[in-house]
Amino acid sequence: MEALIAHEVTKRYSQHLALDRVSLAIPAQTIFGLLGPNGAGKTTLIRIINQIIQADQGTITLFGERLQEKHIGTIGYLPEERGLYKKMRVGEQLIYFAQLKGLSRQEAIARSKAWITKFEIKDWWNKKVEDLSKGMAQKVQFISTVMHEPRLIILDEPFSGFDPINAQLITKEILELKDKGCTIIFSTHRMETVEDLCDHIVLIDRSKKILEGSKRQVKETYRTHTYTVEHRGPFALDAAKYRLIQQRVVEDNFYKTVIAVHDDSGPNQLLRDLIQVTEVHSFIEKIPTMSEIFITLVKGGNHE
Amino acid sequence: MNKIWLIMKREFLTRVQKRSFLIATILIPLIFPLLMGLMMYFSVEQKRHAEKQEIQYVDESGLFVPDTSVFRFKPFPGTFQQARMLLDADSNVVGTLLHIPKLDVMRPAGITLYGKVNLSPSDIASLEQMLENRIRDVKMEQMKVNQKLLDELKTDVSIEAITVTEGGHEEASDSSILFGMGMACGILMYMFIFIYGAQIMQGVIEEKSSKVVEIIVSSVRPFQLMMGKILGLASVGLLQFLIWIVLITVVSTTLLTYFGVSMPQQQMMEEVGRQYPESAAAQDYAVASFMKVWDQIPLTYVIFNFLFYFLGGYLLYGALFAAVGAAVDSPAEAQQFMFPITIPMLIAYLSLFAFVLEDHDSAISVWLSIIPFTAPITMIGRLGFGVPWWQLLLSQGLLIIGFIFTTWAAGRVYRIGILMHGAKVNYRVLMKWFMMRN
Repeated sequence: MEALIAHEVTKRYSQHLALDRVSLAIPAQTIFGLLGPNGAGKTTLIRIINQIIQADQGTITLFGERLQEKHIGTIGYLPEERGLYKKMRVGEQLIYFAQLKGLSRQEAIARSKAWITKFEIKDWWNKKVEDLSKGMAQKVQFISTVMHEPRLIILDEPFSGFDPINAQLITKEILELKDKGCTIIFSTHRMETVEDLCDHIVLIDRSKKILEGSKRQVKETYRTHTYTVEHRGPFALDAAKYRLIQQRVVEDNFYKTVIAVHDDSGPNQLLRDLIQVTEVHSFIEKIPTMSEIFITLVKGGNHE
Repeated sequence: MNKIWLIMKREFLTRVQKRSFLIATILIPLIFPLLMGLMMYFSVEQKRHAEKQEIQYVDESGLFVPDTSVFRFKPFPGTFQQARMLLDADSNVVGTLLHIPKLDVMRPAGITLYGKVNLSPSDIASLEQMLENRIRDVKMEQMKVNQKLLDELKTDVSIEAITVTEGGHEEASDSSILFGMGMACGILMYMFIFIYGAQIMQGVIEEKSSKVVEIIVSSVRPFQLMMGKILGLASVGLLQFLIWIVLITVVSTTLLTYFGVSMPQQQMMEEVGRQYPESAAAQDYAVASFMKVWDQIPLTYVIFNFLFYFLGGYLLYGALFAAVGAAVDSPAEAQQFMFPITIPMLIAYLSLFAFVLEDHDSAISVWLSIIPFTAPITMIGRLGFGVPWWQLLLSQGLLIIGFIFTTWAAGRVYRIGILMHGAKVNYRVLMKWFMMRN
């Protein structure tokens, strides 16, 4: 089942087209990476999903229903530009945000107490936000995003401002939420996070979707049929079938060679050919990183 | 609706719980009378202790009889020329010199005052009064009119002004009391609309610059956020008023009881009459008539209308202040958009002083008190003098329509503005936001 389906979503700001017929499907209970360079239209899409603004055309379907006001409580949103009321106490603030999402006061109190206990920040309950450090405030903010148990969580650059320890805590939390059945939309520029956490991705560039699929599929699509081989003694291969991209000596007679396969004969054929000309010590396919795919696609687009 | 209520509650509680709210609420009604009392006290004290100024005089007419209640007069032992020379010679023998030449009492001319320092207009006026009185006496002697005859001719008439209201009741009115009340209400109205309006703007800017707004608008509609904020502050304002009304009532009742003014008028007049059988007649007439007018001001009516116009004016301007707050990133940027909001308020405020109170039934006063943007300040000024009910209804109806309109218009700017950061905003941009679809 799809947690969210966007169909031909278009948004225009006077002269500027922010989203151009963007369609995407987010499978339930996955971590979905929403990628794209600055100004591509990610925030616009997120705002439309959050019903902060409305699409000019197109539809959004959330868990099988047309997006509507009652879904506000179904979504948890952590904006990139985050903020809290500086003069308000942590506890009051958590309760207030949860109530705005539709929780009753009693429930809001109970859940926020549970969360601050879980995050080991009980002593902060009566502190004013202005007295907290940036990382502390981020924790409070994260709690307020997930406290009402949304089925869809949208995190815009969730790790900015966190030290590695807290980033780990949040990562753990995110994975736990996914296991509990939440769907998470992740908007980020940090490709290592995408690599680690995301199951599916979509890439938006200049208002258009240019790539969508599971991480596996995407990597499959953008594989370069390039392999790195460590071997003893130099060799030469049939130039019609293979291209030697790089060959260098590691030590003594040991070499590291990068080979591109011209046809789709696959790794096994290459391995068979190699065994005949050299002693193979390691053989690994050079899979493009998300970062490389991102750069290739976005840069490629710019040269059109 | 529930969400507007939540936002309103937060706005209300965070403001009311601040220590500054408590302090302002308690101190403001005490500070004003206290300041006025202090100023009066000091000016009286100063008058009492001030040394009378010495004036030397050369009287060539032989008419002058110095009255030493205001000045110390000292005849200059010599001629006017000598006195002038001393004055010019930079010595301190002669400071201020009054020269009265030989004169014709019918056309007194040439009386001159020389001084090293300027005398205040009120000092000169009292000198003139003194000389006029003296010349009048001289004339009376010449015309064979004596003081006794003159005293007998003099009668003290004081007119009691009665306003006949539509119900045919007679009410004693003293326009100076109504004038004062109108002015005080107008000033208060102007201050409150401004103070509370500015607070809305600050709140909006704060939410925008702390980025908290993005979280809120993912849970509530921008319009709900704006309305919640405006209504929350309105309830703070109303609470403050209620506390003030209670405080002022308690304080003034206590004071009146203390000074015995709250005694029934009849009894008080009898008592005064017994103590000062002759002299007090005029005085206690004044006190009584003040009390009479004061009693006849329909306080509930004034308070009710004051609250109505405060709320209406506040909602009308508050929405505009909210829109300005949403359009900018910092209070400094807000200045440019404050101007058009301030203008109608200032017009109302200045006209109140210039002519509305004086000429409360003139066409322009009536119109100013009907146009929603100026009505809160001008109508409250006219209220005490009696306003025809149709004008009041029209004005209040238009004010309601007015604030619904400004709230709607401001909401359209607000919903876009709060999400825009670092945009260079001018009136054209505001218009674009206003026209933009959701």
